[in-house]
Amino acid sequence: MQYLLLIYTNEVDYAKRDAATVEKTTAEYQAFTQSIIQSGNFKAADRLQPTSTATTVRVRDGKVLTTDGPFAETREQLGGFYLIEAKDLDAAIGIAARIPSARDGSIEVRPIWVYK
Amino acid sequence: MTPAEIERIFRDEASRALATLIRLVGDFDLAEDVLQEAFAVALERWPASDPPSNPRAWLVNVARNKAIDRIRRQMSFRGKLGELTHEFLNNAAGCEEPEDAGTLDDDMLRLIFTCCHPSFAPEVQVALTLRTVCGLSTAQVARAFLVSEDAMGQRLLRAKQKIRLAGIAYEVPEREALEPRLTGVLAVIYLVFTEGYVATSGEDLMHPDLAREAIRLGRLLDGLMPQRREIKGLLALMLLHDARRAGRETDAGDIVLLEEQDRSLWDRAQIAEGLRLVDEALLLPGRPQTYVVQAAIAALHARASSYADTDWPQIAGLYEVLLRIAPSPVIELNHAAAISIVDGPARALALIDALEARGGLKGYELLPAVRADLLRRLGRCDAAREAYLAATAATQLEPLRRLYARRMREMESTG
Repeated sequence: MQYLLLIYTNEVDYAKRDAATVEKTTAEYQAFTQSIIQSGNFKAADRLQPTSTATTVRVRDGKVLTTDGPFAETREQLGGFYLIEAKDLDAAIGIAARIPSARDGSIEVRPIWVYK
Repeated sequence: MTPAEIERIFRDEASRALATLIRLVGDFDLAEDVLQEAFAVALERWPASDPPSNPRAWLVNVARNKAIDRIRRQMSFRGKLGELTHEFLNNAAGCEEPEDAGTLDDDMLRLIFTCCHPSFAPEVQVALTLRTVCGLSTAQVARAFLVSEDAMGQRLLRAKQKIRLAGIAYEVPEREALEPRLTGVLAVIYLVFTEGYVATSGEDLMHPDLAREAIRLGRLLDGLMPQRREIKGLLALMLLHDARRAGRETDAGDIVLLEEQDRSLWDRAQIAEGLRLVDEALLLPGRPQTYVVQAAIAALHARASSYADTDWPQIAGLYEVLLRIAPSPVIELNHAAAISIVDGPARALALIDALEARGGLKGYELLPAVRADLLRRLGRCDAAREAYLAATAATQLEPLRRLYARRMREMESTG
């Protein structure tokens, strides 16, 4: 099965990290990504620019409405994702738990819709 | 064979047959549907002829064939052979496995661990377990949760969809994953039991059917995974508590407190079974385990000939062990209650005040009741009355409200 692992962190706190912490986290992310490439679980991944760069788009009555910022204000913001292949939910949870941000943020594990 | 006898076979065999079918057909809803159809066939055929020598194997076989028919019909309807359905047919049709007790046991464990998967909210785990493992009807589960049958039906439907769509494996977790998952399973069983032992709200103090189901699950687990202290401890704890059931309420449904209970009403056979399990659990190696220590406390109550003859110092000591290994507000209050008998109510009240000052009991609904009892025994009637009123407001259980009202009347007549 495929799962999308959505990484939520407090981006204000995240931006305030000192250089040493940034370097350490980056190394941890690289090591983690390498490990799931090697184990064959990796499909895709990316990091997102902060929500201050976001635009939310809606079409109402045929008109395109845009608003500045994310859809909802929350304590933690979507900051990146991994798309993985895993045999079941337990395996996906196991991989999600190894994402460095799981220790200070949270990871939402969502199965990918399968079209029949 | 009479319809009543057939019904009894269904009740006894339903959960195990379902557990096996889910593995074979790979889908909770389909398994439930075809098992119902198999029951209908049995009701039709069994009265006329000799029933099969192994009713469960018969039911599983008939249900599996119904599932295969259904998938074939869907396939010809769609005019294509999907990869998934193909895989299912191989899986379901291929394994004409012999009736092997080990496989059936494994299926039952798979079912329990799946229903208690930590990706479900605790109340969903309990509901799913009651419906699927215990075979309660959706209406019965809804009653236990005080929600409408529709709402519970929706909740169960979403949970079963999640099993399929999120890819929750139908298996017993392995090695290092087993310990935390077993802890979760036992917590669900204990939740079922406590709701049966002291209801959260409503007219009735107890729901004996829930307590019985929890004990049945405990026995099942103890049989499937023998020599595990935490399972034996939990089973013993439930048996010893439940053994007091007949003494715990009057015919009118009023609470009879432990100190007032007629101990000749206690179920001695069940107590003997509980005591034996506590001893077995204590002999198994390992550090103190919560359920075992709680069961050891229940054993001291069960062994005592009266409230006054109870070994309170040892009970207080065991609560101190619990406070070290699994601190919680309930344990704090129970410890204080034991201390109130060993060292007097003033000392217990001081303990609770200190705890409250640290914020350790915030919002815990039995706190005012314990405080009221201690104040009453200290003769501080005004403060006690105030605490009883707070306790009355904090509970939604009618028998508890009547108990507090009785205490307030007693204080008025003596003070």
